[in-house]
Amino acid sequence: MEKREYKLLKGNEVIAIAAIRCGCDGYFGYPITPQSEVMETLMELKPWETTGMVVLQAESEVASINMLYGGAATGKKVFTSSSSPGISLMAEGLTYLAGAELPCLIVNVVRGGPGLGTIQPAQSDYFQATKGGGHGDYRLIVLAPASVQEMNDFVDLGFELAFKYRNPVMILSDGMIGQMMEKVELSPEKPRWTNEEIEKKYGSWIVKGKPSTRERHIATSLELDSAKQEKFNQKLVAKYAEVTKNETRYEKIMCDDAEYLIVAYGSSARISQKTIELAREKGIKLGLLRPVTLFPYPSKAIQELTPQLKCVLAVEMSTGQMVEDVRLAVNGKIPVEHYGRVGGMIPSPEEVLNAVENLIERK
Amino acid sequence: MIKPENLVYSRTKVLTENIMHYCPGCSHGTVHKLIAEVIDEMGIQDKTIGVSPVGCGVFAYNYLDIDWLEAAHGRAPALATAAKRLNPDRYVFTYQGDGDLASIGTAEIMHACNRGENIVVIFINNAIYGMTGGQMAPTTLIGQVTATTPYGRNVELNGYPLKITELIAQLPGTCYVTRQTVYNPVTVRKTKRAIRKAFENSMMKKGTSFVEVVGTCSSGWKLTPVDANQWMIDNMFPEYPLGDMKDI
Amino acid sequence: MKEEIIIAGFGGQGVLSMGKILAYSGIMQDQEVTWMPSYGPEMRGGTANVTVILSDDRISSPIVNTFDTAIILNQQSLDKFENAVKPDGVLIYDPNGITHPPTRRDIKIYTIEAAEEAARMKNAKAFNMIVLGGFLKVKPIVKMDNVIAGLKKSLPERHHHLIPMNEQAIIRGMDIIKEVN
Repeated sequence: MEKREYKLLKGNEVIAIAAIRCGCDGYFGYPITPQSEVMETLMELKPWETTGMVVLQAESEVASINMLYGGAATGKKVFTSSSSPGISLMAEGLTYLAGAELPCLIVNVVRGGPGLGTIQPAQSDYFQATKGGGHGDYRLIVLAPASVQEMNDFVDLGFELAFKYRNPVMILSDGMIGQMMEKVELSPEKPRWTNEEIEKKYGSWIVKGKPSTRERHIATSLELDSAKQEKFNQKLVAKYAEVTKNETRYEKIMCDDAEYLIVAYGSSARISQKTIELAREKGIKLGLLRPVTLFPYPSKAIQELTPQLKCVLAVEMSTGQMVEDVRLAVNGKIPVEHYGRVGGMIPSPEEVLNAVENLIERK
Repeated sequence: MIKPENLVYSRTKVLTENIMHYCPGCSHGTVHKLIAEVIDEMGIQDKTIGVSPVGCGVFAYNYLDIDWLEAAHGRAPALATAAKRLNPDRYVFTYQGDGDLASIGTAEIMHACNRGENIVVIFINNAIYGMTGGQMAPTTLIGQVTATTPYGRNVELNGYPLKITELIAQLPGTCYVTRQTVYNPVTVRKTKRAIRKAFENSMMKKGTSFVEVVGTCSSGWKLTPVDANQWMIDNMFPEYPLGDMKDI
Repeated sequence: MKEEIIIAGFGGQGVLSMGKILAYSGIMQDQEVTWMPSYGPEMRGGTANVTVILSDDRISSPIVNTFDTAIILNQQSLDKFENAVKPDGVLIYDPNGITHPPTRRDIKIYTIEAAEEAARMKNAKAFNMIVLGGFLKVKPIVKMDNVIAGLKKSLPERHHHLIPMNEQAIIRGMDIIKEVN
């Protein structure tokens, strides 16, 4: 068997490398800490000389996201990366992309807010990522990597989902996953799609120039006829239901005999995993459910676990955002509480264990 | 019934049969037709991507029988940038009004032109926001009455008319910057030539071609189409003089 | 095997790259590794630190509160991390610039005069490799072959001619580290 090759890479670096290797056509972005290594790595690697991938530093995040619109509509695999304040600027473009049903990938390496906030890691953009961010009834498909390996894997997965459902996909990471290095096995290289392949796969909707044999294609989110717009909104609802049915992903750790459960994603899940180890040493039957997709959210998995549990702790680096989805899933059957550090502070595994023990004591 | 051999004029095939929503006297229809004719004559219907704006021109995609991207307000040059870079064999043009291009989209147009994107920009300047009901545009003249300048545009309050095309001409990324109009057959023909040149430039890697068309908005200006033309000649042209600013 | 290490000092001392070489060495012997830096304005001359974990099993949290080993290269870092060393853990520090040495009795303390040695070698860049050598003497968790392989992986090819110098510095570090007691 071929010996697997591992690299030691930062989360941000691997995003760039994975994009080139999976045959991405274009990156458009604007520098912001803590994710600037994504564009820096791309510029260093000069993929336009090898795969032909376009890399462009845009004048703003507003421009970057709209460049994605322009590229995605022609059937190209395009992505951008940014951090919280930059994603706020992209909110407009995101809702237009969702409204025009265009596939693309957005990487958000979250930092603390509100406002300029801090450049340290946070998970305080959960609402923005999963409940909207821009206006109108729409959803992004949101992937939450908890390791550098998943940063690598989710680039390809993100594009796959984006094109499968014609929907923008967001990788919701944070400064911790973005800045840390881990062992990573790179994905096999895939060539970029040729124009013929794009035409064959997505010819029914791409905006590439209208041959006389078909009607013109228009990438738009505008519909002045309310009845038609309502129909379109219902179509989106059906799509999101399909995504929920097919694409909900999560990981369960030590849940079989768990009496207590932590629900945490991304960095918080890594930290909480250590908390599970510490708790088990003390004989506390604590398990971890890690949502891998934040939209669709693994509500059903939490529901199914609820009967065996006494209480649940949602651990996130926010003042309490994802905890609302845990509560909706548990639906009042058992107590659900939140523990989090914010503003760029990262909770320690011991701190989380304390919070678990406090919760157990009180319930 | 006219016999085919007696036909001297027909609808350009790149125009759809949809009835335009533009008001009588509006310049948009004329410019649409000129773009359609250029695309038809160049035989590039299957190679052209249009980017429509927010504003009256938003429905341009209903009238030109080509593939379109509908942009958010002001962002058309960003869309066009990526569409062109990722599909260099395509003709990509934006169609933008004065609010879209010279107000909310100032950053996008300046940077696209400064990067020298190989795209065509068609800029319709009628000094007013038509679609939203006649509010002040960045290009509204001093003293001009609009819904948001009911006592006339006041410099102290609103600053000056923005001569964005003059600014664009300063950018090294542009190769062709011109200001035209379409109020009579001579100017219509000149504008068509300008649009054709701009489309041809876009395949020659020369940089951005920018065609401003000073137009009328008789509804917004509250004038008859004939009076609107005269008002444009008397008031708009002194502020926005016609002609090429740059042609490399 | 699992080793949780903090390396802390000034920006520019090679703290992050020492951690990177250590992490790459771990990969060379099929271990799981994480390298988690402090980042931000500290990079520009202030304090810098990195948590490196090497383990035979999947690593849960890349951020930990207590460490098996602390490698300390300035006073601020000593003040900050002395108490974070696990009982029976190891603290290695360069006494250069240290005015308040560590006082704990429940850990093993080592000094390595790496700054002085690097000056003697007329090679300021050898500093972090000397420290790494000292650490590897106390905790031989990675084999020298794997360190060299790790160096090769983490250095760009144009710097590969520096590898023998680095190897020499590591060996020197192994020689000069001293236990304090």
